[in-house]
Amino acid sequence: MAVVEQSPPVVAHRPAPTGPRKGWRKYWHLYAAISPFYLIFLAFGLFPVGFSLYLSFHRWDGLGSMEWAGLSQYQYLLGDSDFWASIGNTVIIWALATFPMILLAMVTAVMLNSAVRFKSVYRIAYFLPSVTSVVAVAIVFGSIFSTNSGVVNAVLHGLGIDQVAWLNTPWGIKVTIAALMTWQWTGYNAIIFLAGLQTVPGELYEAARMDGAGPVQTFFKITLPLLRPTLLFVLVVSTVTGLQSFSEPQVLLQTSSNDSTFAGGPGHSGQTMVLYFFQQTFDNNDFGYGAAVAWGIFLVVVLFSIINWRLVQRRGD
Amino acid sequence: MASIKGSRRRGLALHVPLVVGTLISAFPFYWAVIMSTHSSSEIFSYPPKLLPGTHFLENVRNLFHAIDFFGSMWNSLLVAVSVTFLVLLFDSLAAFVFAKFEFPGKGVLFGLLMVIFMVPAQLSVIPQFVVMAKIGWIGSMTALIVPAAANAFGIFWMRQYMKTAIHDELLDASRLDGANFLRQYWHVALPVVRPGLAFLGIFTFMGQWNDFAWPLISLTNPDNVTLQVALSQLNGTHGTTDYGIVMTGALLALVPLLIVFAIGAKQIIGDLSKGAVRG
Repeated sequence: MAVVEQSPPVVAHRPAPTGPRKGWRKYWHLYAAISPFYLIFLAFGLFPVGFSLYLSFHRWDGLGSMEWAGLSQYQYLLGDSDFWASIGNTVIIWALATFPMILLAMVTAVMLNSAVRFKSVYRIAYFLPSVTSVVAVAIVFGSIFSTNSGVVNAVLHGLGIDQVAWLNTPWGIKVTIAALMTWQWTGYNAIIFLAGLQTVPGELYEAARMDGAGPVQTFFKITLPLLRPTLLFVLVVSTVTGLQSFSEPQVLLQTSSNDSTFAGGPGHSGQTMVLYFFQQTFDNNDFGYGAAVAWGIFLVVVLFSIINWRLVQRRGD
Repeated sequence: MASIKGSRRRGLALHVPLVVGTLISAFPFYWAVIMSTHSSSEIFSYPPKLLPGTHFLENVRNLFHAIDFFGSMWNSLLVAVSVTFLVLLFDSLAAFVFAKFEFPGKGVLFGLLMVIFMVPAQLSVIPQFVVMAKIGWIGSMTALIVPAAANAFGIFWMRQYMKTAIHDELLDASRLDGANFLRQYWHVALPVVRPGLAFLGIFTFMGQWNDFAWPLISLTNPDNVTLQVALSQLNGTHGTTDYGIVMTGALLALVPLLIVFAIGAKQIIGDLSKGAVRG
């Protein structure tokens, strides 16, 4: 009968009163259970981060001996116009993709959230692009946006508009990459927004309608404020992933640059920060400078995430 | 009457943009199918083809001639399945420990996990490459499988899931029956969190199948690569000469993924809609 009192709790709230050896014997299976992760992480996670910091203070081609370089890699990075250009490219592409994407995703989510038929069909159709591989999608988009045989230019021609050399002009390249990202992630974000919308109690909308609020007013007064946590999540994830874009420009533009498959197309106008990192590291075999570039990218991403966070947080106050 | 008419109009106003969105979502798939059925010269003619042609089998034959399609697909499958298995095993074990047990150092170890979660991939690319080159893994699938087996996001996510899904009373009862840690994990925890495992597994599989940057760098032998790298080679070398082949490759590479998605779509979208991803 006194089962409950007899049983020692599974969750040990108090640390073992006896010495450390006894504690180790008591908990060893727990440490063993989490050890695979931490061992792999030590070798391929923690050590690499420390080593890349160490590398960024050296000159190294990956083969010969390392040479102490002090802060000179970082000094060079600050004055490296190609790196600054790649930051500009990345941010422009990110902005061209992210803002339309978030707007479209929200509108789609609101439409899906109202009692609409075939909801599950729409959800699957919208989600599908996000599970496909960037490589395959980039190849397909390269064809859709092809200057002479692409369907986009054919439609423009039909409307009486001049053809655009999408993959050969600075803005064409950026718009094409942004279009690809928007196509791939709008539906995914719509599903995330839909999850946020479903937590909004229906009575709120009912009350708004009683007070005579129209759909637009309802959206800005009720939906948007309650969606702010979801918006924050979507914005931060889009920033962290969007600023580290690599596969889209690499596959789209690998054949249109003469000097490097990481060059990002004619005039390097599609060269993102991560593409530049790969070019410096693996085409130029400049491992020391590559490490400095990687830390530069890290700083830019952190900075942008903080700015986004602040903007979205403040809007509510 | 008036209200029925009104709701019908409202339904139409919703369906028109939703259908347009669906068509835009679907169009690149349709385009890939159409392109894969045309010869290169047909693809480059004007106006663009919007109906299927007759060259699909020829394109498939040329594709298999141009790259080792099934070899690279096998590599992709090997990597994706191995990583998924290891991630499910390691992450569910670690998540179970972090969700349901107390032990010295737990706070520090879990905090470390959250930091790892935020470290960007580029920072570890060079050192990882150097380490792998030293131990001779560069060029082999091991270089892709082992680092990916430690997935901090998966542990964090599974922990959140297990906290609510596994009831403490169940664990207490099993302990009374004399079950040790491993038996509790196997007989109490795993059966309850199967939906969570399915979600994490499908996501891990698809992420690995689609991974590109690290395989592109670490698989230095061009004859032994994953499907995504093979596709990009195809695009690089044949891109300007034979679009029909490249599109056929892109299309066929999507097929296994679409199968996995078809199996897991309900699970994935259901869990996402419930906000599972936010933990």
